Amino acid sequence: MRHLLSTGDLTRDEAVLILDTAKELAQVGERSVKKLPTLRGRTVVNLFYEDSTRTRISFEAAAKRMSADVINFSARGSSVAKGESLKDTALTLQAMGADGVVIRHSASGAARRLADWVDGAVVNAGDGTHEHPTQALLDAFTMRERMGRLEDLRVAVVGDIRHSRVARSNVLLLNTLGAEVTLVAPPTLLPVSVGTWPCSVSYDLDEVLPKSDVVMMLRVQAERMNASFFPSAREYSRRYGLDADRFARMAEHAIVMHPGPMIRGMEISAEVADSPRSTVVEQVTNGVSVRMAVLYLLLGGAMQTTGNQGETR
Amino acid sequence: MHARKHADGERPDQTRAVLEGPEIGRALTRIAHEILERTKGGDDLTLLGIRTGGVPLARRLAERIERVENRSVPWGALDITMYRDDLRMAPARALGRTEIPAEGVDGRVVVLVDDVLFSGRTVRAALDALNDLGRPRAVQLAVLVDRGHRELPIRADYVGKNLPTSLRESVTVLQEEPHGRDAVLIGPAKPRPGAEPAATGPTASEVDR
Repeated sequence: MRHLLSTGDLTRDEAVLILDTAKELAQVGERSVKKLPTLRGRTVVNLFYEDSTRTRISFEAAAKRMSADVINFSARGSSVAKGESLKDTALTLQAMGADGVVIRHSASGAARRLADWVDGAVVNAGDGTHEHPTQALLDAFTMRERMGRLEDLRVAVVGDIRHSRVARSNVLLLNTLGAEVTLVAPPTLLPVSVGTWPCSVSYDLDEVLPKSDVVMMLRVQAERMNASFFPSAREYSRRYGLDADRFARMAEHAIVMHPGPMIRGMEISAEVADSPRSTVVEQVTNGVSVRMAVLYLLLGGAMQTTGNQGETR
Repeated sequence: MHARKHADGERPDQTRAVLEGPEIGRALTRIAHEILERTKGGDDLTLLGIRTGGVPLARRLAERIERVENRSVPWGALDITMYRDDLRMAPARALGRTEIPAEGVDGRVVVLVDDVLFSGRTVRAALDALNDLGRPRAVQLAVLVDRGHRELPIRADYVGKNLPTSLRESVTVLQEEPHGRDAVLIGPAKPRPGAEPAATGPTASEVDR
């Protein structure tokens, strides 16, 4: 494993290795000294073309707990605003000796392009509506912690699938790990290619809900919507929101997940979000452990290429 | 891991046993008594086995001390992967589980336990790891075999057997659990780490670094 670009690239063994490593590293978060010397002298660049404080901080905390040096690069107010291309930014990072680049970009496929241009490891922290692999890994980690297994777990992913990179990454990863995923959304919020995904699809939340072990609510990404995808927020909420009524109809043991940020009252009611069966806060904690595991596995050992300087490409 | 590595590493014609079953048992019993003597009865004693070879040894020492003193001794396992100084010489390796007994390590006399003491780098890493876990009152080191060739100023407090070896030799410790047999074997040196995948590489204690 050289880069982490898509959960679809992970074999079952690799995915399990990441989850197991994260479990060990979670112990570090409980200690008084939350620091390991493992990545001392390595530089990780957080290259964020889109604002995402939550993900950036999570990656930053993970890198710092492993003693890596972290450079935060935000496109806003940088040379990118002046018109520099991704490739030129990549070459600049290369010249500065970045061992790992964590990239968030609004264009699907940006991470993969970047991987062609830099010697260091590239971690996709969300590219457009394509993928967000570390989010899926932390979701899987949370499910495994709460439910004790992933095999044959019935997972419903509900909401704005079309604009969600989380959904795609989750479907691919959970499928690799043996869980059964059902996507639940209004037809307008499903991507065209959904028929090719390894999962089932339903338009009816009430039908899927009682049969699910895990219900993952997604945020309705209004900022990505360039057209009207449902009549009104109220209408959406009535059919696809998780309120106390629906919550009561879920299986006793079932948990509720949300990648955040939540829009309380629309996709999930406050009551449900704050219930002990909601894992929203755990997901944030687990996010740091999982990202530590990914950074360790990509950067902790010998790098395939040593030295980052001066190569003409 | 041990067993597999051993199976391809061992050539019967070149490998000989220097310690066998009961001798290892006796050495452990002696170390257990020495620990009790040195720590004056072993109050506040915690045994930490260094993964992987040290863990069953720590358990066996704890059992012996328990038998003598009629009192249970907390013991655990320490994984030092993240603290090794040779991480960059091989692909990232899988982590082992660190298990610290409920008593913690603060203010306690921690005896680190390993099977083979060689360069001393594993022990250095273990001291670093311990440092991040808390502040023991004192740290001591118990090893089953000291094969020499130290690269750091580290010395064991309790030694099962001093075994002068050549750098062209390797030392392998087999234990009842998990190997089904107690023995210390000397054989020809194995390839250096990095020359083979980490999963089948030598254990920390016998790595020739």
